[in-house]
Amino acid sequence: MTARVNVLECRDLRKSFGDNAAVKGVGFEIAEGETYGLLGPNGAGKTTTISMVTGLLERDAGEVFIDGEPLTTRSVAVKRGIGLVPQDLAIYPDLTARENLIFFGKLYDMAGNDLKNRAAEVLEVIGLTDRADDRTDEYSGGMKRRLNIGIGLLHKPRLLLLDEPTVGVDPQSRNAILESVEHLSEEGMAVLYTTHYMEEAERLCDRVGIIDLGEIKAEGTRRELVQMVGQHDRVRLDAGGPLDAGVDALASVPAVKKAGTRDGGMEMVVDDAGQWLADILAKVTGAGVTITSVDVDEPNLESVFLHLTGRALRD
Amino acid sequence: MRQAWHIASKDLKLRFRDRSAFIIGVIAPLGLAAIFSSIFNPIEEFQFVATYAVVDLDGGFVATQFVAGLEQFGAASEDVKIVKAASREEAIALADVEPFSSEEGVDAAFVLPPGFSDAVQSDNPVALEVISGQAGVGAGLAIAFAEQFASEMTYARIAVAGFESLGGTDDRGAAGLRALATPSPVSVESVETSDKELAGKTFYAAGLAIFFLFFTVQFGVNSLLEERHAGTLSRLMAAPMRRSSIIAGKAIMSFVLGFVSMVVLVVATTLLFGAEWGNPIGVFLLVVAGIISALGIMAVVAGFAKTAEQAQNYSSMVAVILGFLGGTFFPVGQAGGILSDLRFVTPHAWFMQGLGDLGAGNVGDVLPAVGALLLFGLVAGTIGLVGLRKGLQS
Repeated sequence: MTARVNVLECRDLRKSFGDNAAVKGVGFEIAEGETYGLLGPNGAGKTTTISMVTGLLERDAGEVFIDGEPLTTRSVAVKRGIGLVPQDLAIYPDLTARENLIFFGKLYDMAGNDLKNRAAEVLEVIGLTDRADDRTDEYSGGMKRRLNIGIGLLHKPRLLLLDEPTVGVDPQSRNAILESVEHLSEEGMAVLYTTHYMEEAERLCDRVGIIDLGEIKAEGTRRELVQMVGQHDRVRLDAGGPLDAGVDALASVPAVKKAGTRDGGMEMVVDDAGQWLADILAKVTGAGVTITSVDVDEPNLESVFLHLTGRALRD
Repeated sequence: MRQAWHIASKDLKLRFRDRSAFIIGVIAPLGLAAIFSSIFNPIEEFQFVATYAVVDLDGGFVATQFVAGLEQFGAASEDVKIVKAASREEAIALADVEPFSSEEGVDAAFVLPPGFSDAVQSDNPVALEVISGQAGVGAGLAIAFAEQFASEMTYARIAVAGFESLGGTDDRGAAGLRALATPSPVSVESVETSDKELAGKTFYAAGLAIFFLFFTVQFGVNSLLEERHAGTLSRLMAAPMRRSSIIAGKAIMSFVLGFVSMVVLVVATTLLFGAEWGNPIGVFLLVVAGIISALGIMAVVAGFAKTAEQAQNYSSMVAVILGFLGGTFFPVGQAGGILSDLRFVTPHAWFMQGLGDLGAGNVGDVLPAVGALLLFGLVAGTIGLVGLRKGLQS
């Protein structure tokens, strides 16, 4: 087992704007190849946190380390390891996609053929090779979003920060963006992904921090979060035969917390259905029950957020 | 610092691509200079030519002296022609004809009536008629010539009267001639100052160049606020460079735009309109100092504006007010009073003053103006830098 290497560590980040405390003691770590999600509604403090992590915003308190090196707003060298994809589009509309990439590449001390080749690679990754030499003010919203991400990736950062990169994007482009992000962690990049879309956090993130009102309310894998708030999977079997016998058989499966019959089938509450489903089906069929369909309802982060904050994610 | 050059290079590309810098920095001032030049060139190139008629109906001593003096004036200048007319009616007819439209016409006619000489010599009043068909420089000069003659006659009469009261025994004519031959106790000299205002086309070329320089320079300074509005500022600030590099990039871009614009204008107005800017080294010093002063003042405006639109509005107001006050459209220095002194609170006035001094003297004469312009740049630039840095931190 390889040791966990943290690319980003931030501790007790605090930031107030006047009397409004936007971030109140946020801290987390992200390891190499890990995608960490900050999930919370608008105004939760996600962008303020990212701004402090990238050194854009002076923090009132707290520490940020990139690969063990402290980061402040005045840091120069440390910033080479960070790629930022801001929530608002940050591209020059009068330049082409290639010119945008080349310009930002130069700011990261890239030059010559290395820069040209890398720009071509990124254009390929974000699917803009065919339109690389068109001015970006002629692009669709989705294309601009993809370029916005491409610029963040250009210099192969150790840590990529994506601040709600799919806001206002059509479903097709959104899917393309999510696929791109999935590949990043495979390449060993540490990714901090902020979103208020539960589906994105569940799909992309190895770990998620639930943030609300400037505080991380809970943190962990999806399963850990679900368990943390005492929620379990619900499994329904449409079945025939001796259903009561099937229910009795499930008593020997420790993950099954509760089981019963209902509407010509069986229903049960299970801790991690994904892991125990095969055992459950074996026990039930062993008791003579005939199964016609299986339906697993896993609790999602939306319900976790609701449990933790008393509010829906999109409130 | 390398990043600052990259930022400046990118901004220049954007400005040349949208042509805004070209229009504000070159086309507008060149166009206005052409308009002003076309208005003022005919006045500068105007050459005085006049024809006068004279009718001597008297034939006496004084009248003969007047005609002789007039002919002497005509002989001394190729541009003044004297013709004789036989009668007052002929003189009126000649004066009624537009002299520019016909060689037959005259600008004015002098009529010396019968008994003119006797009247002058006997202290009786008499009229020397000046007939002109149209107002103009030629007619005005004729009246001035006649008035000068009348003044001299009055002077001679006073001298003769004084001579007689002291018991003089010579005849009045000889006494009068002696009085006229006596040199005037007061002489008038024309002296050109070394502290000269620019003239004509050079004035307008220089005035419009420095006026539009402020608009050109504001592109770079205000683009910092545009970067914020466009969202690209966050990317620049997240890049591995000092924030001062971002400001330096904008300053470099402003300087280059301003310099290119000024060089184009200096060369173009010299070749096309005949503007005389003076010694190139002195002009270079003034241009560089002028750009620095404009950069400082525009940085103050941008440093305290909240949006790019606000900065653009403020910049335009400041540029127009300083331009007018500094005398880029009309020579405020000649207005006298408080305006004449107040103009020196603007870089424009120092720039114009520097060019005026350069035209009248040598390169060293521009140093006070260059110093004043650099001081403007230093003071305003320091204040502006504080505002811009504060803006980057918020």
